[in-house]
Amino acid sequence: MALNNDIVLSRLQEKFPDAIREAYINFDQLNIEIDPAHNAAILRFLKEDEEMNFNYLTDLTAVHMPEQTGKEIGVIYHIHNLYDNYRLRLKAWIPESEPVIATASSIWLGANWMERETYDNFGVRFDGHPDLRRILNVDHMEIFPLLKQYPLEDSSREDKDDRFFGR
Amino acid sequence: MTEQSIFGEDFVKPEEKQYNTLNLGPTHPATHGVFQNILQMDGEIIISAEPTIGYIHRAFEKLAERRPFYQVTPITDRLNYCSSPINNIGWHLTVEKLLNVSTPKRVDYMRVIIMELARIADHLVCNAVLGVDSGALTGFTYMFQERERIYDLYEEIAGARLTTNIGRVGGFERDFTPRFHEKLKEFLAGFPKRFEEFDSLITRNRIFMDRVVNVGPISAEKALSYSFAGPNLRAAGVDYDVRVMNPYCSYQDFDFMIPVGTHGDTFDRFVVRQNEIRESLKIINQAYNNLPEGNFHADCPEFYLPKKEDVYNSMEALIWHFKIVMGEVDLPAGEVYHSVEGANGELGYYLISDGGRTPYRLHFRRPSFIYYQAYPEMIKGQMLSDAILTLSSMNVIAGELDA
Repeated sequence: MALNNDIVLSRLQEKFPDAIREAYINFDQLNIEIDPAHNAAILRFLKEDEEMNFNYLTDLTAVHMPEQTGKEIGVIYHIHNLYDNYRLRLKAWIPESEPVIATASSIWLGANWMERETYDNFGVRFDGHPDLRRILNVDHMEIFPLLKQYPLEDSSREDKDDRFFGR
Repeated sequence: MTEQSIFGEDFVKPEEKQYNTLNLGPTHPATHGVFQNILQMDGEIIISAEPTIGYIHRAFEKLAERRPFYQVTPITDRLNYCSSPINNIGWHLTVEKLLNVSTPKRVDYMRVIIMELARIADHLVCNAVLGVDSGALTGFTYMFQERERIYDLYEEIAGARLTTNIGRVGGFERDFTPRFHEKLKEFLAGFPKRFEEFDSLITRNRIFMDRVVNVGPISAEKALSYSFAGPNLRAAGVDYDVRVMNPYCSYQDFDFMIPVGTHGDTFDRFVVRQNEIRESLKIINQAYNNLPEGNFHADCPEFYLPKKEDVYNSMEALIWHFKIVMGEVDLPAGEVYHSVEGANGELGYYLISDGGRTPYRLHFRRPSFIYYQAYPEMIKGQMLSDAILTLSSMNVIAGELDA
Protein backbone atom coordinates (compact mmCIF):
# COMPACT_ATOMS: atom_id res chain seq x y z
CA MET A 1 0.00 0.00 0.00
CA ALA A 2 1.27 3.35 -0.87
CA LEU A 3 2.40 5.56 1.94
CA ASN A 4 0.30 8.42 3.13
CA ASN A 5 0.44 10.97 5.91
CA ASP A 6 -1.59 8.88 8.35
CA ILE A 7 0.51 5.75 7.94
CA VAL A 8 3.81 7.59 8.35
CA LEU A 9 2.64 9.54 11.37
CA SER A 10 1.05 6.59 13.15
CA ARG A 11 4.05 4.33 12.53
CA LEU A 12 6.38 6.99 13.88
CA GLN A 13 4.20 7.68 16.92
CA GLU A 14 4.01 4.01 17.66
CA LYS A 15 7.74 3.47 17.31
CA PHE A 16 8.96 6.71 18.93
CA PRO A 17 6.16 7.84 21.24
CA ASP A 18 8.32 10.36 23.08
CA ALA A 19 10.27 11.78 20.18
CA ILE A 20 7.46 13.12 18.00
CA ARG A 21 6.77 16.67 19.09
CA GLU A 22 4.33 18.02 16.54
CA ALA A 23 2.97 17.26 13.11
CA TYR A 24 1.24 19.53 10.64
CA ILE A 25 0.58 19.77 6.93
CA ASN A 26 2.04 22.56 4.89
CA PHE A 27 1.24 22.70 1.16
CA ASP A 28 0.21 19.02 1.06
CA GLN A 29 3.46 17.96 2.66
CA LEU A 30 3.58 16.42 6.11
CA ASN A 31 5.94 18.17 8.53
CA ILE A 32 7.02 16.35 11.65
CA GLU A 33 8.95 18.02 14.42
CA ILE A 34 11.15 15.53 16.19
CA ASP A 35 13.25 15.42 19.31
CA PRO A 36 16.84 16.23 18.23
CA ALA A 37 18.19 13.59 20.61
CA HIS A 38 16.51 10.87 18.58
CA ASN A 39 17.03 12.18 15.08
CA ALA A 40 19.52 9.51 13.99
CA ALA A 41 17.30 6.67 15.21
CA ILE A 42 14.23 8.14 13.53
CA LEU A 43 16.05 8.76 10.25
CA ARG A 44 17.52 5.30 10.26
CA PHE A 45 14.10 3.80 10.92
CA LEU A 46 12.58 5.82 8.08
CA LYS A 47 15.33 4.75 5.70
CA GLU A 48 15.54 1.08 6.64
CA ASP A 49 12.03 0.08 7.59
CA GLU A 50 10.49 -1.93 4.77
CA GLU A 51 7.29 0.00 4.74
CA MET A 52 8.79 3.47 5.20
CA ASN A 53 11.70 3.02 2.78
CA PHE A 54 12.74 6.67 2.46
CA ASN A 55 15.63 5.86 0.18
CA TYR A 56 16.38 9.37 -1.07
CA LEU A 57 17.60 12.31 0.98
CA THR A 58 16.43 15.25 -1.07
CA ASP A 59 17.77 18.04 1.03
CA LEU A 60 19.25 18.90 4.37
CA THR A 61 19.45 22.44 5.61
CA ALA A 62 18.78 24.65 8.61
CA VAL A 63 16.96 27.79 9.57
CA HIS A 64 17.66 30.31 12.31
CA MET A 65 14.76 31.70 14.33
CA PRO A 66 16.36 33.85 17.05
CA GLU A 67 13.05 34.62 18.79
CA GLN A 68 12.41 30.97 19.73
CA THR A 69 14.42 30.85 22.92
CA GLY A 70 16.11 27.54 23.56
CA LYS A 71 15.36 26.13 20.13
CA GLU A 72 16.70 28.75 17.78
CA ILE A 73 18.12 26.57 15.04
CA GLY A 74 16.00 24.13 13.12
CA VAL A 75 17.70 21.37 11.18
CA ILE A 76 15.43 20.41 8.32
CA TYR A 77 15.45 17.15 6.39
CA HIS A 78 13.52 16.61 3.18
CA ILE A 79 13.28 12.92 2.52
CA HIS A 80 11.62 11.11 -0.34
CA ASN A 81 10.32 7.58 -0.80
CA LEU A 82 10.87 7.10 -4.52
CA TYR A 83 8.87 3.86 -4.70
CA ASP A 84 5.66 5.45 -3.47
CA ASN A 85 6.61 8.98 -4.47
CA TYR A 86 6.00 10.30 -1.00
CA ARG A 87 7.85 13.28 0.45
CA LEU A 88 8.29 14.07 4.12
CA ARG A 89 9.84 17.00 5.95
CA LEU A 90 11.41 16.51 9.37
CA LYS A 91 12.50 19.26 11.69
CA ALA A 92 14.63 19.11 14.78
CA TRP A 93 15.04 22.27 16.83
CA ILE A 94 18.28 22.71 18.74
CA PRO A 95 19.57 25.57 20.92
CA GLU A 96 21.93 28.12 19.41
CA SER A 97 24.18 27.93 22.47
CA GLU A 98 24.79 24.21 21.94
CA PRO A 99 24.00 23.40 18.32
CA VAL A 100 24.78 19.69 18.24
CA ILE A 101 22.83 16.97 16.47
CA ALA A 102 23.71 13.48 15.30
CA THR A 103 24.90 13.06 11.74
CA ALA A 104 22.90 11.46 8.96
CA SER A 105 25.96 10.87 6.80
CA SER A 106 26.13 7.22 7.82
CA ILE A 107 22.52 6.74 6.69
CA TRP A 108 22.70 8.53 3.36
CA LEU A 109 26.17 9.15 1.92
CA GLY A 110 24.92 12.33 0.30
CA ALA A 111 24.32 13.93 3.69
CA ASN A 112 28.05 14.44 4.04
CA TRP A 113 28.40 17.67 2.09
CA MET A 114 24.92 18.87 2.93
CA GLU A 115 25.88 18.72 6.61
CA ARG A 116 29.16 20.45 5.91
CA GLU A 117 27.26 23.22 4.17
CA THR A 118 24.86 23.51 7.12
CA TYR A 119 27.77 23.62 9.54
CA ASP A 120 29.46 26.23 7.39
CA ASN A 121 26.44 28.50 7.32
CA PHE A 122 24.82 27.90 10.72
CA GLY A 123 27.48 26.34 12.92
CA VAL A 124 25.45 23.20 13.52
CA ARG A 125 27.87 20.54 14.72
CA PHE A 126 26.92 17.14 13.41
CA ASP A 127 28.04 14.58 15.91
CA GLY A 128 29.81 11.67 14.26
CA HIS A 129 30.38 13.39 10.92
CA PRO A 130 33.58 12.05 9.35
CA ASP A 131 34.93 15.37 8.09
CA LEU A 132 33.13 18.40 9.47
CA ARG A 133 34.92 21.37 7.92
CA ARG A 134 33.81 24.52 6.18
CA ILE A 135 32.98 23.90 2.55
CA LEU A 136 31.87 27.08 0.77
CA ASN A 137 33.27 29.85 2.94
CA VAL A 138 36.96 30.47 3.61
CA ASP A 139 38.52 28.32 6.29
CA HIS A 140 39.57 31.20 8.53
CA MET A 141 36.08 32.68 8.75
CA GLU A 142 35.07 33.14 12.37
CA ILE A 143 31.31 33.52 12.09
CA PHE A 144 28.47 31.44 10.72
CA PRO A 145 27.09 33.84 8.14
CA LEU A 146 23.49 32.69 7.74
CA LEU A 147 22.66 33.34 11.39
CA LYS A 148 20.29 36.27 11.62
CA GLN A 149 22.53 38.41 13.84
CA TYR A 150 24.81 39.07 10.88
CA PRO A 151 23.20 41.71 8.68
CA LEU A 152 23.71 41.52 4.96
CA GLU A 153 24.82 45.12 4.70
CA ASP A 154 27.13 47.12 6.90
CA SER A 155 24.79 48.86 9.37
CA SER A 156 27.24 51.69 9.96
CA ARG A 157 26.83 53.05 6.45
CA GLU A 158 25.20 56.45 6.27
CA ASP A 159 24.89 56.88 2.50
CA LYS A 160 21.95 54.52 2.27
CA ASP A 161 18.65 55.40 3.91
CA ASP A 162 16.69 52.23 4.47
CA ARG A 163 13.39 54.12 4.54
CA PHE A 164 13.69 54.62 0.80
CA PHE A 165 14.15 50.94 0.19
CA GLY A 166 11.24 49.69 2.23
CA ARG A 167 13.49 48.00 4.75
CA MET B 1 63.16 -20.67 4.01
CA THR B 2 62.59 -16.94 3.95
CA GLU B 3 59.37 -15.52 2.68
CA GLN B 4 59.71 -14.53 -0.94
CA SER B 5 57.49 -12.15 -2.81
CA ILE B 6 55.85 -13.51 -5.92
CA PHE B 7 56.67 -10.20 -7.65
CA GLY B 8 60.42 -10.73 -7.50
CA GLU B 9 63.07 -8.35 -6.28
CA ASP B 10 61.79 -5.25 -8.05
CA PHE B 11 58.58 -5.28 -6.05
CA VAL B 12 58.20 -2.26 -3.79
CA LYS B 13 56.29 -2.95 -0.62
CA PRO B 14 53.26 -0.69 -0.23
CA GLU B 15 54.62 1.10 2.85
CA GLU B 16 57.73 2.07 0.96
CA LYS B 17 55.83 3.34 -1.98
CA GLN B 18 55.75 7.08 -2.57
CA TYR B 19 52.91 8.85 -4.31
CA ASN B 20 52.97 12.07 -6.26
CA THR B 21 50.69 14.87 -5.25
CA LEU B 22 49.13 16.65 -8.18
CA ASN B 23 47.17 19.83 -7.88
CA LEU B 24 44.46 19.81 -10.54
CA GLY B 25 42.86 23.21 -10.72
CA PRO B 26 41.41 25.59 -9.51
CA THR B 27 41.95 27.00 -12.99
CA HIS B 28 42.87 24.40 -15.48
CA PRO B 29 42.07 24.38 -19.19
CA ALA B 30 40.62 20.88 -18.97
CA THR B 31 38.24 21.53 -16.08
CA HIS B 32 35.36 23.69 -17.17
CA GLY B 33 34.94 25.98 -14.24
CA VAL B 34 36.73 26.55 -11.00
CA PHE B 35 37.34 23.12 -9.52
CA GLN B 36 40.31 22.17 -7.44
CA ASN B 37 41.27 18.60 -6.74
CA ILE B 38 44.40 17.56 -4.93
CA LEU B 39 45.19 14.15 -6.30
CA GLN B 40 47.43 11.44 -4.93
CA MET B 41 48.90 9.77 -7.97
CA ASP B 42 50.56 6.44 -8.43
CA GLY B 43 52.07 7.08 -11.80
CA GLU B 44 49.03 7.90 -13.87
CA ILE B 45 46.55 6.17 -11.55
CA ILE B 46 44.57 8.22 -9.07
CA ILE B 47 44.81 6.92 -5.51
CA SER B 48 42.72 9.56 -3.83
CA ALA B 49 41.25 12.97 -4.54
CA GLU B 50 40.40 15.84 -2.26
CA PRO B 51 38.10 18.38 -3.85
CA THR B 52 38.00 21.98 -2.67
CA ILE B 53 34.97 24.00 -3.64
CA GLY B 54 33.63 27.46 -2.90
CA TYR B 55 35.83 29.50 -5.23
CA ILE B 56 32.85 31.34 -6.64
CA HIS B 57 30.62 31.24 -3.57
CA ARG B 58 28.44 34.35 -3.72
CA ALA B 59 26.24 33.81 -0.66
CA PHE B 60 23.01 33.65 -2.66
CA GLU B 61 21.01 32.34 0.27
CA LYS B 62 22.01 35.32 2.40
CA LEU B 63 21.45 37.76 -0.47
CA ALA B 64 17.97 36.36 -1.06
CA GLU B 65 16.97 37.20 2.50
CA ARG B 66 17.09 40.90 1.62
CA ARG B 67 15.48 40.70 -1.79
CA PRO B 68 11.84 40.80 -2.81
CA PHE B 69 10.79 37.86 -4.94
CA TYR B 70 11.33 39.72 -8.21
CA GLN B 71 14.92 40.40 -7.33
CA VAL B 72 15.60 36.79 -6.47
CA THR B 73 15.04 35.70 -10.09
CA PRO B 74 18.35 37.13 -11.36
CA ILE B 75 20.13 35.24 -8.57
CA THR B 76 18.68 31.98 -9.82
CA ASP B 77 20.07 32.74 -13.30
CA ARG B 78 23.51 32.34 -11.89
CA LEU B 79 23.04 28.89 -10.41
CA ASN B 80 23.23 26.67 -13.45
CA TYR B 81 24.04 29.33 -16.00
CA CYS B 82 23.90 26.86 -18.88
CA SER B 83 20.15 26.56 -18.45
CA SER B 84 19.03 29.69 -16.61
CA PRO B 85 15.41 29.59 -17.87
CA ILE B 86 14.75 26.38 -15.93
CA ASN B 87 16.06 28.01 -12.76
CA ASN B 88 13.99 31.14 -13.34
CA ILE B 89 10.80 29.25 -14.02
CA GLY B 90 11.43 26.94 -11.07
CA TRP B 91 11.59 30.00 -8.84
CA HIS B 92 8.43 31.50 -10.37
CA LEU B 93 6.63 28.20 -9.76
CA THR B 94 7.76 28.17 -6.14
CA VAL B 95 6.43 31.67 -5.54
CA GLU B 96 3.21 30.83 -7.37
CA LYS B 97 2.75 27.81 -5.15
CA LEU B 98 3.17 30.02 -2.08
CA LEU B 99 0.82 32.67 -3.49
CA ASN B 100 -1.65 30.03 -4.61
CA VAL B 101 -1.73 31.41 -8.13
CA SER B 102 -2.79 29.10 -10.93
CA THR B 103 -1.49 29.82 -14.38
CA PRO B 104 -3.38 29.43 -17.66
CA LYS B 105 -2.58 26.43 -19.85
CA ARG B 106 -0.92 28.65 -22.39
CA VAL B 107 1.61 29.84 -19.82
CA ASP B 108 2.37 26.24 -18.86
CA TYR B 109 2.96 25.25 -22.48
CA MET B 110 5.07 28.31 -23.18
CA ARG B 111 7.14 27.50 -20.11
CA VAL B 112 7.53 23.90 -21.16
CA ILE B 113 8.80 24.97 -24.59
CA ILE B 114 11.36 27.28 -23.01
CA MET B 115 12.47 24.84 -20.34
CA GLU B 116 12.96 22.06 -22.86
CA LEU B 117 14.94 24.39 -25.13
CA ALA B 118 17.10 25.17 -22.11
CA ARG B 119 17.54 21.47 -21.39
CA ILE B 120 18.64 20.89 -24.98
CA ALA B 121 21.12 23.77 -24.75
CA ASP B 122 22.52 22.47 -21.48
CA HIS B 123 22.88 18.88 -22.65
CA LEU B 124 24.41 20.05 -25.94
CA VAL B 125 27.10 21.98 -24.08
CA CYS B 126 27.84 19.03 -21.83
CA ASN B 127 28.01 16.47 -24.60
CA ALA B 128 29.83 18.63 -27.10
CA VAL B 129 32.43 19.52 -24.49
CA LEU B 130 32.81 15.89 -23.54
CA GLY B 131 33.67 15.37 -27.19
CA VAL B 132 36.30 18.10 -26.98
CA ASP B 133 37.82 16.61 -23.86
CA SER B 134 38.20 13.31 -25.63
CA GLY B 135 39.68 14.97 -28.70
CA ALA B 136 36.71 15.50 -31.02
CA LEU B 137 36.58 19.22 -31.69
CA THR B 138 34.40 19.17 -34.80
CA GLY B 139 31.15 18.18 -33.15
CA PHE B 140 31.62 20.92 -30.60
CA THR B 141 31.76 23.70 -33.18
CA TYR B 142 28.57 22.43 -34.86
CA MET B 143 26.65 22.05 -31.63
CA PHE B 144 27.65 25.45 -30.30
CA GLN B 145 26.05 26.88 -33.40
CA GLU B 146 22.82 25.18 -32.34
CA ARG B 147 23.17 26.53 -28.84
CA GLU B 148 23.46 29.99 -30.36
CA ARG B 149 20.14 29.42 -32.13
CA ILE B 150 18.53 28.55 -28.79
CA TYR B 151 20.06 31.66 -27.24
CA ASP B 152 18.54 33.66 -30.10
CA LEU B 153 15.19 32.27 -29.05
CA TYR B 154 15.71 33.35 -25.44
CA GLU B 155 16.72 36.75 -26.71
CA GLU B 156 13.47 36.97 -28.63
CA ILE B 157 11.51 36.33 -25.41
CA ALA B 158 13.51 38.00 -22.68
CA GLY B 159 16.13 40.12 -24.40
CA ALA B 160 19.03 38.31 -22.74
CA ARG B 161 21.01 35.30 -23.79
CA LEU B 162 22.90 33.70 -20.94
CA THR B 163 21.47 35.01 -17.67
CA THR B 164 17.98 35.27 -18.99
CA ASN B 165 15.78 36.40 -16.08
CA ILE B 166 12.98 34.99 -18.21
CA GLY B 167 9.29 35.38 -17.45
CA ARG B 168 7.64 36.64 -14.32
CA VAL B 169 5.72 35.33 -11.38
CA GLY B 170 2.42 34.48 -13.06
CA GLY B 171 3.63 34.07 -16.61
CA PHE B 172 5.46 36.17 -19.14
CA GLU B 173 5.81 39.86 -19.85
CA ARG B 174 4.56 39.37 -23.40
CA ASP B 175 3.32 36.66 -25.70
CA PHE B 176 5.62 34.88 -28.14
CA THR B 177 6.45 37.34 -30.89
CA PRO B 178 5.94 36.46 -34.60
CA ARG B 179 9.70 36.45 -34.95
CA PHE B 180 9.95 33.89 -32.15
CA HIS B 181 7.46 31.62 -33.92
CA GLU B 182 9.45 31.94 -37.12
CA LYS B 183 12.76 31.16 -35.40
CA LEU B 184 11.35 28.29 -33.38
CA LYS B 185 9.87 26.67 -36.51
CA GLU B 186 13.21 27.09 -38.25
CA PHE B 187 14.99 25.51 -35.28
CA LEU B 188 12.57 22.59 -35.04
CA ALA B 189 12.91 21.93 -38.75
CA GLY B 190 16.68 22.12 -38.96
CA PHE B 191 17.99 20.98 -35.59
CA PRO B 192 17.12 17.25 -35.62
CA LYS B 193 19.11 16.63 -38.79
CA ARG B 194 22.18 18.50 -37.56
CA PHE B 195 21.90 16.84 -34.17
CA GLU B 196 21.77 13.37 -35.69
CA GLU B 197 24.83 14.29 -37.73
CA PHE B 198 26.64 15.16 -34.48
CA ASP B 199 25.40 11.92 -32.96
CA SER B 200 26.74 9.91 -35.91
CA LEU B 201 30.11 11.67 -35.55
CA ILE B 202 30.59 10.80 -31.91
CA THR B 203 28.36 8.21 -30.28
CA ARG B 204 29.49 5.00 -31.98
CA ASN B 205 32.91 6.38 -32.82
CA ARG B 206 35.48 3.77 -31.92
CA ILE B 207 38.00 6.23 -30.51
CA PHE B 208 35.36 7.96 -28.44
CA MET B 209 33.95 4.71 -27.07
CA ASP B 210 37.39 3.48 -26.11
CA ARG B 211 37.84 6.64 -24.09
CA VAL B 212 34.49 6.70 -22.26
CA VAL B 213 33.12 3.19 -21.77
CA ASN B 214 33.61 2.08 -18.15
CA VAL B 215 35.12 5.39 -17.18
CA GLY B 216 33.94 6.84 -13.87
CA PRO B 217 31.14 4.37 -13.20
CA ILE B 218 28.77 4.49 -10.24
CA SER B 219 26.23 1.88 -9.17
CA ALA B 220 22.54 2.63 -8.81
CA GLU B 221 22.62 2.03 -5.02
CA LYS B 222 25.56 4.35 -4.54
CA ALA B 223 24.03 6.98 -6.80
CA LEU B 224 20.78 6.94 -4.82
CA SER B 225 22.62 7.06 -1.52
CA TYR B 226 24.60 10.05 -2.76
CA SER B 227 21.30 11.71 -3.76
CA PHE B 228 22.27 11.86 -7.41
CA ALA B 229 19.64 13.33 -9.67
CA GLY B 230 18.91 13.94 -13.30
CA PRO B 231 20.85 12.33 -16.16
CA ASN B 232 23.61 11.13 -13.82
CA LEU B 233 21.16 9.15 -11.72
CA ARG B 234 19.30 7.88 -14.77
CA ALA B 235 22.57 6.74 -16.36
CA ALA B 236 23.03 4.52 -13.33
CA GLY B 237 19.64 2.95 -14.05
CA VAL B 238 17.17 4.75 -11.77
CA ASP B 239 14.30 6.29 -13.70
CA TYR B 240 13.66 9.20 -11.34
CA ASP B 241 12.49 12.27 -13.21
CA VAL B 242 10.64 15.08 -11.43
CA ARG B 243 8.73 15.85 -14.64
CA VAL B 244 7.08 12.43 -14.47
CA MET B 245 6.96 11.79 -10.76
CA ASN B 246 5.64 15.17 -9.61
CA PRO B 247 4.47 16.87 -12.79
CA TYR B 248 4.52 20.64 -12.77
CA CYS B 249 3.66 23.01 -15.62
CA SER B 250 1.31 20.45 -17.24
CA TYR B 251 4.10 17.98 -18.00
CA GLN B 252 1.50 15.23 -17.58
CA ASP B 253 0.02 16.32 -20.94
CA PHE B 254 3.04 15.22 -22.92
CA ASP B 255 4.12 11.85 -24.09
CA PHE B 256 7.82 11.24 -23.57
CA MET B 257 10.19 8.60 -22.29
CA ILE B 258 12.78 8.62 -19.54
CA PRO B 259 16.04 7.32 -21.02
CA VAL B 260 18.05 5.22 -18.57
CA GLY B 261 21.50 3.68 -18.66
CA THR B 262 22.85 0.59 -16.97
CA HIS B 263 26.44 1.15 -15.83
CA GLY B 264 26.41 4.78 -14.76
CA ASP B 265 29.67 5.37 -16.61
CA THR B 266 30.68 8.29 -18.77
CA PHE B 267 29.35 6.66 -21.92
CA ASP B 268 25.94 6.04 -20.33
CA ARG B 269 25.76 9.62 -19.12
CA PHE B 270 26.57 10.79 -22.63
CA VAL B 271 23.96 8.56 -24.25
CA VAL B 272 21.28 9.42 -21.69
CA ARG B 273 21.82 13.10 -22.42
CA GLN B 274 21.71 12.48 -26.16
CA ASN B 275 18.41 10.64 -25.78
CA GLU B 276 17.02 13.31 -23.50
CA ILE B 277 17.65 15.85 -26.20
CA ARG B 278 15.49 13.74 -28.54
CA GLU B 279 12.77 13.46 -25.88
CA SER B 280 12.92 17.20 -25.25
CA LEU B 281 12.41 17.80 -28.95
CA LYS B 282 9.35 15.55 -28.84
CA ILE B 283 7.97 17.56 -25.92
CA ILE B 284 8.61 20.87 -27.65
CA ASN B 285 6.85 19.67 -30.80
CA GLN B 286 3.84 18.48 -28.81
CA ALA B 287 3.65 21.67 -26.77
CA TYR B 288 4.11 23.93 -29.77
CA ASN B 289 1.63 22.14 -31.99
CA ASN B 290 -1.00 22.14 -29.24
CA LEU B 291 -0.21 25.59 -27.86
CA PRO B 292 -3.54 26.60 -26.30
CA GLU B 293 -5.12 29.97 -26.89
CA GLY B 294 -5.42 32.18 -23.88
CA ASN B 295 -3.66 34.70 -21.78
CA PHE B 296 0.09 34.71 -21.42
CA HIS B 297 -0.03 35.50 -17.72
CA ALA B 298 -2.07 34.57 -14.68
CA ASP B 299 -4.63 36.91 -13.23
CA CYS B 300 -2.76 38.09 -10.15
CA PRO B 301 -2.53 41.89 -10.36
CA GLU B 302 -0.98 42.19 -6.93
CA PHE B 303 2.12 40.36 -8.05
CA TYR B 304 2.21 40.70 -11.82
CA LEU B 305 3.47 44.01 -13.17
CA PRO B 306 0.77 46.03 -14.97
CA LYS B 307 1.08 46.85 -18.66
CA LYS B 308 3.46 49.65 -19.48
CA GLU B 309 0.78 51.73 -21.26
CA ASP B 310 -1.38 51.53 -18.16
CA VAL B 311 1.51 52.57 -15.94
CA TYR B 312 1.93 55.71 -18.03
CA ASN B 313 -1.77 56.49 -18.17
CA SER B 314 -3.41 55.35 -14.97
CA MET B 315 -2.64 56.21 -11.38
CA GLU B 316 -3.61 52.80 -9.97
CA ALA B 317 -1.39 50.93 -12.37
CA LEU B 318 1.48 53.26 -11.52
CA ILE B 319 0.98 52.63 -7.81
CA TRP B 320 0.98 48.86 -8.30
CA HIS B 321 3.97 49.04 -10.58
CA PHE B 322 5.84 51.01 -7.94
CA LYS B 323 4.78 48.72 -5.11
CA ILE B 324 5.87 45.59 -6.95
CA VAL B 325 9.14 47.00 -8.25
CA MET B 326 10.10 48.43 -4.87
CA GLY B 327 9.16 45.16 -3.20
CA GLU B 328 6.36 46.60 -1.10
CA VAL B 329 4.16 43.58 -1.74
CA ASP B 330 4.25 41.14 1.12
CA LEU B 331 4.38 37.41 0.50
CA PRO B 332 1.97 35.29 2.52
CA ALA B 333 3.52 33.42 5.42
CA GLY B 334 4.22 29.79 4.73
CA GLU B 335 6.76 27.18 4.00
CA VAL B 336 7.05 25.57 0.60
CA TYR B 337 9.37 23.20 -1.17
CA HIS B 338 9.07 23.03 -4.91
CA SER B 339 11.33 21.20 -7.28
CA VAL B 340 11.70 21.12 -11.02
CA GLU B 341 13.74 18.82 -13.21
CA GLY B 342 16.74 21.01 -13.94
CA ALA B 343 19.21 20.02 -16.60
CA ASN B 344 21.29 18.40 -13.85
CA GLY B 345 18.42 16.93 -11.92
CA GLU B 346 16.08 17.86 -9.12
CA LEU B 347 16.49 21.58 -8.59
CA GLY B 348 14.62 22.46 -5.43
CA TYR B 349 13.64 25.71 -3.81
CA TYR B 350 12.88 25.62 -0.12
CA LEU B 351 11.24 28.89 0.79
CA ILE B 352 10.25 29.95 4.28
CA SER B 353 8.26 33.13 4.33
CA ASP B 354 7.33 34.93 7.52
CA GLY B 355 4.81 37.14 5.72
CA GLY B 356 7.35 39.85 4.96
CA ARG B 357 8.50 41.29 1.65
CA THR B 358 11.51 39.02 1.35
CA PRO B 359 12.03 35.31 1.99
CA TYR B 360 12.85 34.60 5.62
CA ARG B 361 15.03 31.79 4.42
CA LEU B 362 15.60 30.46 0.94
CA HIS B 363 17.56 27.32 0.30
CA PHE B 364 18.48 26.02 -3.11
CA ARG B 365 18.72 22.28 -3.54
CA ARG B 366 21.49 22.28 -6.09
CA PRO B 367 22.02 18.93 -7.81
CA SER B 368 25.63 19.66 -8.81
CA PHE B 369 26.62 20.41 -5.23
CA ILE B 370 25.12 17.19 -3.99
CA TYR B 371 26.51 14.79 -6.55
CA TYR B 372 29.95 16.32 -6.87
CA GLN B 373 30.82 14.78 -3.49
CA ALA B 374 30.84 11.35 -5.13
CA TYR B 375 33.53 12.46 -7.60
CA PRO B 376 36.58 11.29 -5.57
CA GLU B 377 35.02 7.86 -5.25
CA MET B 378 34.19 7.69 -8.95
CA ILE B 379 37.71 8.47 -10.12
CA LYS B 380 39.58 6.34 -7.62
CA GLY B 381 41.76 3.88 -9.46
CA GLN B 382 41.20 5.58 -12.80
CA MET B 383 43.67 7.37 -15.03
CA LEU B 384 44.14 11.12 -14.77
CA SER B 385 42.74 11.67 -18.26
CA ASP B 386 39.65 9.66 -17.27
CA ALA B 387 39.11 11.95 -14.28
CA ILE B 388 38.80 14.86 -16.70
CA LEU B 389 36.20 13.01 -18.78
CA THR B 390 34.26 11.96 -15.69
CA LEU B 391 34.08 15.54 -14.44
CA SER B 392 33.02 16.70 -17.87
CA SER B 393 30.29 14.08 -18.22
CA MET B 394 28.87 14.80 -14.76
CA ASN B 395 28.19 18.33 -15.95
CA VAL B 396 29.16 19.97 -12.69
CA ILE B 397 28.45 23.66 -13.16
CA ALA B 398 30.56 25.84 -10.89
CA GLY B 399 27.78 28.36 -10.36
CA GLU B 400 25.40 25.71 -9.15
CA LEU B 401 28.09 23.99 -7.11
CA ASP B 402 29.04 27.04 -5.09
CA ALA B 403 25.83 29.11 -5.13
